[in-house]
Amino acid sequence: MLPELGHFALILAMLLAALQGFFGIAGPALGRDRWTAAVTPAVAGQFVMLATSVACLIASFVDNDFSVLYIAENSNSALPLFYRVTAMWGAHEGSLLLWIFLLGCWTVAVAIGVSKLPRRFAARVLGVLGVVSFGFLLFMLATSNPFLRLDPPAPDGRDLNPILQDPALAIHPPILYTGYVGFAVAFAFACAAMLEGRMDQMWARWTRPWTTAAWAFLSVGIALGSWWAYYELGWGGYWFWDPVENASFMPWLVGTALIHSLAVTDKRGLFKSWTLLLSILAFSLSLLGTFLVRSGVLVSVHSFAADPTKGIFILVFLCVMIGGALTLYAWRAPLLKSQAGFDLGARESFLLFNNILLVIAAATVLGGTLAPLISDSLNLGTLSVGTPYFNPTFMLSMLPLTALLSVGIHANWKRGRLSDSTRTILITLTIAVTTAVILVYGVYSNGKVLSPVAATLGVWIIISSLIDPIDRMRRKLSLPRSVVGMAVAHVGLGMFVLSVTTVESFTLERDVALGVGQQTTVGNYEFRFQGVEAIEGANYNGVEGTVVVTRHGFPISVVHPQKRQYWVQRQVTTEASIEMHHGSNVFVALGDDLGAGKWSVRFQIRPLVNFLWLGAFIMALGGAIAATDKRYRMAKEVTAPVAAPGGVTAG
Amino acid sequence: MTPRRKRMTLVFGIVAGVSVAGALALNAFRQNVTFFFDPTAVTAGQVKDGQRFRLGGMVTKGSVKRDPGSLEVHFVVTDLKNEIPVTYTGVLPDLFREGQGVVAHGRMSGNTFVADEVLAKHDEKYMPPEVAKSLKKHQGETAAAPAPGAT
Repeated sequence: MLPELGHFALILAMLLAALQGFFGIAGPALGRDRWTAAVTPAVAGQFVMLATSVACLIASFVDNDFSVLYIAENSNSALPLFYRVTAMWGAHEGSLLLWIFLLGCWTVAVAIGVSKLPRRFAARVLGVLGVVSFGFLLFMLATSNPFLRLDPPAPDGRDLNPILQDPALAIHPPILYTGYVGFAVAFAFACAAMLEGRMDQMWARWTRPWTTAAWAFLSVGIALGSWWAYYELGWGGYWFWDPVENASFMPWLVGTALIHSLAVTDKRGLFKSWTLLLSILAFSLSLLGTFLVRSGVLVSVHSFAADPTKGIFILVFLCVMIGGALTLYAWRAPLLKSQAGFDLGARESFLLFNNILLVIAAATVLGGTLAPLISDSLNLGTLSVGTPYFNPTFMLSMLPLTALLSVGIHANWKRGRLSDSTRTILITLTIAVTTAVILVYGVYSNGKVLSPVAATLGVWIIISSLIDPIDRMRRKLSLPRSVVGMAVAHVGLGMFVLSVTTVESFTLERDVALGVGQQTTVGNYEFRFQGVEAIEGANYNGVEGTVVVTRHGFPISVVHPQKRQYWVQRQVTTEASIEMHHGSNVFVALGDDLGAGKWSVRFQIRPLVNFLWLGAFIMALGGAIAATDKRYRMAKEVTAPVAAPGGVTAG
Repeated sequence: MTPRRKRMTLVFGIVAGVSVAGALALNAFRQNVTFFFDPTAVTAGQVKDGQRFRLGGMVTKGSVKRDPGSLEVHFVVTDLKNEIPVTYTGVLPDLFREGQGVVAHGRMSGNTFVADEVLAKHDEKYMPPEVAKSLKKHQGETAAAPAPGAT
């Protein structure tokens, strides 16, 4: 019964999404107020239906209902309860349902948030979200229904992919998707503005908190994915430039450009059409990401749910959504002329360069991700693009970006009098260089040519970001959340840059064959292998090694890396053991039984690698602080008439 | 400078910057892209001397050998028509198995492929698309004769 109820709720949700889209767009366009008023009930109804559907699927997973094909393929009666719940989004169909459900959550939040905005505009925003939701629901019901029955029912399920049986999986996809889907809100705001043919600074103020919130979720989602890959998948790597990783990173880069461009539109009424274009681009890349991940067109560690026929539908949907939005843009953008000008040394210039560099970075990542696909379809040979391409091209835009940030953060709006801040810039730079040199040559020694440069840039960002808040506190000025949030996010970025530098420069890695009682040295650490023992878990068995870690002879820890074999899929997973010591991660992973009593073991020492994820979380925290600034809440209480142009408050 | 001159300078600077970035990216792309070849393409001499490439195919059953206690492992990669012996020193991925698809990065040294990275990042149902394509192609060609290694 439950699966049928869930299926039926999905169909109702699709109909309500269609109504929401139709009333939201046609109502304001034709001036029919009763249509416009019907949008909010449709949103509420759709949400209830989606929630019912999700609840039915989870309940069926918990019940071990293997008469449902999706559950038979992705669960098992021996699977612990926690993973039976998270298995709901363990494969294609369920994760799509999660995607749509999260869109429903965003839509409800937006419906509450825009209730104080002009009614036509609010209806248009919700209407566009309805169209997006309708498209995805249609896709799901047509090609990837998770509620399809299996006749006769399977005696037991084929189990959840063992590499997904991990606590981080429980939170990584929902948070990542919340970020992905959140850009649909910025997209909807942009489309609504274009449908109205009017866009002002108030529009930017309405849009900013939503976009920043989506960006923060996406940051956390990507960081969690990277962390999960680090300890579960990747044998100690944190980023592989894998197509699926790139798919989430491209919207992040464009989204970062968007939140900066929105700041200019908000404060100065500039970059209007550019902001609209970025809103469309960010969401398009989210859709492209879904397409890349879900169609299996690219070789990827994540493509365990590959199916090219589904790709065609997504491609058509992508063309309709993006093509439609871009057509609207071409029609409406010429109306949006920005009046004001700015100096070369003004904050606007720096934010312009920030945007250009971020978009270049996104374009190089896009090029590298799509090149294998294009080459293959044109019969130019099967090629692969990896780290040797991505690392240098990405740094090419990131190094100037980070340097410009530390200078531009002191610039004022409109007037380019950077000379006022020359002293601050020079002092912060000197401190940064000194710290970086001590770190690179004193603490870790050696490194590559770029190590001191990149370390300087990282430290410089951290110091420069703190100057303004500290100055405000000393002068007892107000310290609004937007300022604090910006400083926090930039400190997070600085930590991230610093961490990537130390990890890329000073990581030590060795694969060694060790017999019982044998010892090896990696960097300052000694590792003594004490042999392996058999272990048995809830739905797997395996072996557990024992390795004694010492540093210059002083005991640090005893670690137990595991090698598991899951019963149902007979798949082997490696559970590395990771210990933090003096800021470095000491990573030990058990390899294969080499015979003659020896095992292969991988050892890695990665300095400050935890700062990488911590930096990303702090960036997201900054976003969360900034998104809850009072001025956005104030803005919502102001209904028409719209504030006069140039009504820019300090802060 | 007049505002107009200033704006032109800005625009010129941006265009120049974007072009330089584009040129450098293209250059990095040309130098760092790796091509995929199957054993038949390697046997036919399509690989340039010393070129780094990705070799893909199926690990021939019964071909995985290692000296006890050594990190060095030998195996044979087949596309059901031709075979290439592979040497690799290090820890093999969890999903590496005989009779399964594999992709290795490395160079030819004589008649042996010396791998510096071995990838088998897929589950049991899944085969890397390029490997699946290559196997399908050669399976068709050798349909009459029993496929080597596919016993």
